Amino acid sequence: MINQKDILETITMIQDENLDIRTITMGISLLDCCHSDINIVCDKIYNKITTYAKDLVRTGEQIEKEFGIPIINKRISVTPIAMILAACEDKDAVKIALTLEKAAQTCGVNFIGGFSALVQKGFAHGDRELIEAIPEALAVTEHVCSSVNVGSTKTGINMDAVKLMGETVVRAAERTKDQNCIGPAKLVVFCNAPEDNPFMAGAFHGAGEPDCVINVGVSGPGVVRAALAKSKDLDLTGVADLIKRTAFKITRMGQLVGTEASKRLGVPFGIVDLSLAPTPAVGDSVAHILEEIGLDCCGAPGTTAALAMLNDAVKKGGVMASSHVGGLSGAFIPVSEDAGMIDAARNGCLKIEKLEAMTAVCSVGLDMIVIPGDTTAATISAIIADEAAIGMVNSKTTAVRVIPAIGKKVGDELSFGGLLGSGPVMEVNPVSPAKFIDRGGRIPAPMQSLKN
Amino acid sequence: MRAVISVIGKDTVGILAAVSAKCAEYNINVMDVTQSVLQDMFVMVMMTDISKMNIDFARFVDELSALGKEKNLSIRAMHEDIFNAMHTI
Repeated sequence: MINQKDILETITMIQDENLDIRTITMGISLLDCCHSDINIVCDKIYNKITTYAKDLVRTGEQIEKEFGIPIINKRISVTPIAMILAACEDKDAVKIALTLEKAAQTCGVNFIGGFSALVQKGFAHGDRELIEAIPEALAVTEHVCSSVNVGSTKTGINMDAVKLMGETVVRAAERTKDQNCIGPAKLVVFCNAPEDNPFMAGAFHGAGEPDCVINVGVSGPGVVRAALAKSKDLDLTGVADLIKRTAFKITRMGQLVGTEASKRLGVPFGIVDLSLAPTPAVGDSVAHILEEIGLDCCGAPGTTAALAMLNDAVKKGGVMASSHVGGLSGAFIPVSEDAGMIDAARNGCLKIEKLEAMTAVCSVGLDMIVIPGDTTAATISAIIADEAAIGMVNSKTTAVRVIPAIGKKVGDELSFGGLLGSGPVMEVNPVSPAKFIDRGGRIPAPMQSLKN
Repeated sequence: MRAVISVIGKDTVGILAAVSAKCAEYNINVMDVTQSVLQDMFVMVMMTDISKMNIDFARFVDELSALGKEKNLSIRAMHEDIFNAMHTI
């Protein structure tokens, strides 16, 4: 018999501390949709997605009701579209983006990810055409998310792709300047991109994945913070232990929902992504956890150390709670999606340079950062290169999702609404890295790649 | 199959009766009840057997939630597995 205290603890976590399952993401392989005629490809893609995912949203809602745990998003990830585009004679990638949008709307999902290219070592057929089409694709669709992998520990960094992506981010912002520059908020530039990530905007269904799979992403910064708030006199060993115990409980919930969804949909269960994913809601912030640990404001000296401990404890707690752990797994630090980060950025305590240091010890990278609209493409490319270097050398995933706010300057605000939140325009170092970026070529793989 | 019904809110007359009546109406057997009053906060947890219920569980959840709104209480029915998953290894 479960005791009353445990039951009430679970209910308090859900009711008062924003515990939720952030996403159930169905990964669907589109490799069998390849054809030389793009119209046939579009038909095949639409039919496959709408057949496989037709019950995804309904099943998610059923589980939500029966177990009493909110499941915020139901999403789909697909094979990187550049791989499908490679076979087409007419390489009009926007056509495929519109097909993905139509399929997402038919299924009723919140996002569909996989308008992606993997170019860490070079461009294959379809890659350049896809990247070229990203700004337009993100402007004419609402639910489609895009990602490009430009580097990895094994291959080094493709600096030609880094240059191209800086320009693409600027174009995506300009193309959507009438929609609060929403384009680049749906575009992630990765190093070491995971192939089973359920979180947007970077989700895609890797080539090594099965035909169809269910991945789950958990959340719960509010629960961790509430647990810490109740135990103010712990030393840091105690704090790490408490975070581990809390992460264990949160992840067990993800494991349960994942196995249940996989059973009901008749699709294999892939992984649980053990992430602390914040939302702009009050009480659901990773920055506030760091502040609860003892920093006056996120971004103060000590932030990197506190985040490193948090990230590690989340993994240690979560890994035993799930049979398969994957995706990004760690603490997310998206600025515009986290109430504490927004405040810290507004009051000047949190700067891009500090965020960059934080990305060396957390699960992702420079995420949802609004930068001045006049930031040059070369500067954005250089920011991408810096992040990719951190990921490459530390054998971890890093990513850049920055949003140039066209027509705005430092101190102004940009609002996207919903989970994407809003944020202040943050200062970027104006010194030019253009010569470095113009060199192109590849940064060779580091010594860490030679493990065999 | 078992479900946990929880009632949290201000103590008023007839809460237990109202929730039990709903259970009886849908052939849900109440196996165990614990309740406590902390200051004027009333907390009741019921373990129920839902294997013979004659209503869709999701609809039962809605009905309880509506009953809760009517009486100004938070009433939830949740599948037992979620508590087992979280609190037992």
